Amino acid sequence: MPQDKSVILKVEHLSHSYGEVHAVRDISFSVKKGDIFSFLGPNGAGKSTAINVLITLLPLQKGEVVVAGYNLRTEREQVRRSIGIVFQEITLDRDMTVSETLEFHGDIYGLDRNLCRTRTQELLELVKLEDKVSAYIKELSGGMKRRLEIARGLMTRPKLLFLDEPTIGLDPQTRRKTWEYLKSVNAEGTSIFLTTHYMDEADELSDQIAIIDNGKIITSGTPDSLKNSLGEDIIYIETSDNLAAEKILLTIPGVKKVQSSESRIVLLSGTDGTHLLPRIIETLTGHEISVQAVNLKKPNMDDVFIHYTGRELRE
Amino acid sequence: MKFGFLPIYLRDMRRFFRFKHQLLSSFLQPILWLAFFGMAMAGNFDRILSSNSVIPGVLEVSYLTFMCAGIIGATILFTNMYGGFSLMFDKNWGILREIMASPLPRRDLIIGIASAAITKSWIQSAIILIFGIILGVTFFIGMSPLRTFISVIGFFLFVAAFATAFLCISLTLALRMDSPEGFQGISTLLTMPLFFLSNSLYPLEGLPPLMGTIALVNPLTHLITGIRYCTIGEHFSSIGMEVIYSSTEVLFSFLYLVIFSIVMFVITLKTVEKVEVS
Ligand SMILES: Nc1ncnc2c1ncn2[C@@H]1O[C@H](COP(=O)(O)OP(=O)(O)OP(=O)(O)O)[C@@H](O)[C@H]1O
Ligand SMILES: [Mg+2]
Repeated sequence: MPQDKSVILKVEHLSHSYGEVHAVRDISFSVKKGDIFSFLGPNGAGKSTAINVLITLLPLQKGEVVVAGYNLRTEREQVRRSIGIVFQEITLDRDMTVSETLEFHGDIYGLDRNLCRTRTQELLELVKLEDKVSAYIKELSGGMKRRLEIARGLMTRPKLLFLDEPTIGLDPQTRRKTWEYLKSVNAEGTSIFLTTHYMDEADELSDQIAIIDNGKIITSGTPDSLKNSLGEDIIYIETSDNLAAEKILLTIPGVKKVQSSESRIVLLSGTDGTHLLPRIIETLTGHEISVQAVNLKKPNMDDVFIHYTGRELRE
Repeated sequence: MKFGFLPIYLRDMRRFFRFKHQLLSSFLQPILWLAFFGMAMAGNFDRILSSNSVIPGVLEVSYLTFMCAGIIGATILFTNMYGGFSLMFDKNWGILREIMASPLPRRDLIIGIASAAITKSWIQSAIILIFGIILGVTFFIGMSPLRTFISVIGFFLFVAAFATAFLCISLTLALRMDSPEGFQGISTLLTMPLFFLSNSLYPLEGLPPLMGTIALVNPLTHLITGIRYCTIGEHFSSIGMEVIYSSTEVLFSFLYLVIFSIVMFVITLKTVEKVEVS
């Protein structure tokens, strides 16, 4: 594979199966240096499987991957040295203290003891755990554990940080805080690959999002481009005859896409919906179809997900 | 990274000293065995055999002395057979995932755990030995200080080889099994026959032929042979039976344990390399 210096992670035709279960099917994508890249998908989509292959916990069955300039198939040790990891499940020893946890991590990566100590201090300040240095893990709250794990993932100054569902199970306030830490970590130059099934998380953090479902990438792009691909606004309309209305609506300039069902019509508008809406009502009324209800909103990631997968995100 | 196993070793040792109750019970258990079972049995044997048990011209040791070596051996067996338990915990609920995703070689993981197990086994056996002597066990009788020193070194080498072997068996079990109950069940199932089909509580000469033969391939027998040779001597009698160890026999026992532990180490390493923690 030709190496591109501006790319921190390049994945080509990656597949992974557990026996008969095809968890990841032929996915390709790349992450630019300095970016935050998210895998957005429902439970069982294959996010953890993909991440576990990339961080060397699972063997690379099929595909070619370059992580931080190293070939995942042949240079696994170098890959391990270049990345930081925050696992989906809490992976801490309840009976170790906060500082022991970080020092142990530094030790198994062969970090110099003094360096280890200064970084421990720095990172605990970053994640606001400096007053917990000698607390035992079992004395920490869920959010504190998560923050400690993020600090641990950063101990070795990785070029690329992997996070598998970083804010799962955290309260809204702690989630927000965690996003802030991740953004500041990213601002200091660490590229980030994360998985999530929260739309708002992907939207808030990512430079690039890939929507993954049933082991496949369905679509990808920047959060804005994904939302814009749905048009300016989404308009929901209920009429006396939805089927007839659909045909008429399609002739109105500015209407991008119309989906009708018995109960309602979902219309994607290519222009400003607030100006389009009066025209819609006028036209339909002119065709003797009565408009019973309307609703207009800006598309969000939920809409993007529903649009591309054809269903609501299973939570 | 020459001493890559060191962080693993240090973490294990820290845990060993941190859990005070566990630490205390790991010392107390063998001591209680020795104190109650040993003293009671010794009292009975000595009464039954009081008249004709002494073989003239041969060093006569009490049953307590004879059995103390067996209790040390059995303790090392039990401790290490359950030694993989914390790895199973790390695998299912702990930091094995962190370790496996790090650049630490798998070999260093096993060496770290094994060297901690050896250290713990040394501490345990030394404590039983000292406590035994307080209770009246007559170890190192008639040995010069130099000979005693060499004997203690030999004793520790035997313990180290045996501890490594059984710790590795335990680690392999822990890596292959998913439930703590299953792990405990199998460990108990293995340790019981090993304990009774050995020379831990009685000399092999008194066993029925089939049991005696099985006992000969039992690594615990070879450990206890080594311990008795180092702590009592090459020729002695107890409860009316004469025991003679030739130095080739003892050397064979040692090599037997070393080879056994190397084989187990390699099997464990292969298991770790294949295991998927995700
Ligand atoms: N160890 C395993 N053995 C067999 N099948 C597995 C294993 N791990 C995951 N799977 C299956 O692979 C598929 C993808 O699972 P994966 O954990 O990668 O999904 P995910 O996107 O991370 O989901 P979640 O959001 O719930 O964490 C699922 O169908 C799951 O049942
Ligand atoms: Mg997952």
